[in-house]
Amino acid sequence: MTNLIIILFSAIFINNYILSRFLGICPFLGVSKKLNSAVGMSLAVIFVMLIATAVTWPIQMFLLNPQNLGYLQTIVFILVIAALVQLVEITLKRYIPSLYKSLGVYLPLITTNCAILGVTILNIDEGYTFVEAMVNSLGSGLGFMLAMVMFSGVRSKLEGADIPKSFKGLPITLIAASITSLSFMGFGGVIENLFK
Amino acid sequence: MTKLQNFSKGLIKENPVLVLVLGTCPTLATSTNVMSALGMGAATTAVLLCSNIVISALRKIIPDKVRIPCFIVLIAGFVTMVQMLVKAFAPVLDQALGIYLPLIVVNCIILGRAEMFAQKNSVIDSAIDGLGMGAGFTLTLVMMGTIREVFGSGTWLGFPIPVLADNNISIMTMAPGGFFVFGLLIAIVNKLSGDKPKKKEFGCAGCPSAELCGKLNKEEVKADD
Repeated sequence: MTNLIIILFSAIFINNYILSRFLGICPFLGVSKKLNSAVGMSLAVIFVMLIATAVTWPIQMFLLNPQNLGYLQTIVFILVIAALVQLVEITLKRYIPSLYKSLGVYLPLITTNCAILGVTILNIDEGYTFVEAMVNSLGSGLGFMLAMVMFSGVRSKLEGADIPKSFKGLPITLIAASITSLSFMGFGGVIENLFK
Repeated sequence: MTKLQNFSKGLIKENPVLVLVLGTCPTLATSTNVMSALGMGAATTAVLLCSNIVISALRKIIPDKVRIPCFIVLIAGFVTMVQMLVKAFAPVLDQALGIYLPLIVVNCIILGRAEMFAQKNSVIDSAIDGLGMGAGFTLTLVMMGTIREVFGSGTWLGFPIPVLADNNISIMTMAPGGFFVFGLLIAIVNKLSGDKPKKKEFGCAGCPSAELCGKLNKEEVKADD
């Protein structure tokens, strides 16, 4: 149990997908302007990360590894994820329209998102069991959400600031991201020591 | 456009990282030192060159509606080849790049060039475009890697630099330093290009999901009114 808690919290704080692993920078910079879209996008990412792990982990362990096809990992995972996102979109539209209304627009955006492919490959590389892999995906998604929501707050403050001409737009956003990620470095080592 | 212009546009005018702002994830993650920056640049260039050539050669056969899945499969195939080659001949590099090597498959530069260039142009032009864009990507990565390695660990390609080696600012090699150097470089490019007011805040031009993303931001603006 402690093991799972450590995996969960280190995925959220220490190995934060955006701020320390640099995965999913596109949505982080592109969709974090408004709180609403930041939350919607992150919920969709958590959702897809969980189902993508639930599908790719068994594929790797029970299909690719026994057949010695481990090298097909990249190509199989990206196809499975792309098909899966389409399938989820269609299913949601038909059966749970309310959920589709809030997440639907974000789903196609995350098919080619490196955070999703990243989490599925990392789960295999780290040698996690199925439960650990699911917990890690949940933590990674929550960490993604935390960074997105925090950063949308930072960006709304930036709108009113007087910024030098050359720094307007992307550069100042990146510098703000740098300071946000600096604050996350403070978590280093905290989690392991908490549960010793 | 001459062949030379076609090649050199990737270096400065349409630099994939600093001007088009594509492939930010690998740029930030693998520019901690010059060695891994060079490795990432070379791997990406190889994949970009191959995918551009093949996609351009198949451009009349691939149906328009399913082109993105087709491109992704082709790219994933080349990434797997590069991954196996690196694992076999440069295991140290494989260690350094880790997860970012398979993730070349979702690098927007590659899919972006397939969408914007290779599916509309001849094989030779596409190959030159791929080389130019790859060179621009590598150049930027090495530049960032140089800044981060020189200040962060006081070395360049592993060779120690006299004064800086004893006074390194290790934060430069960590995550915040990546964002910081990248932000500064884009600001310098903005300054050099004369502070022209840019229409887009974030260059999604080459991203295959740009249309959707743009629609999303527009809808929000409407909702706010």
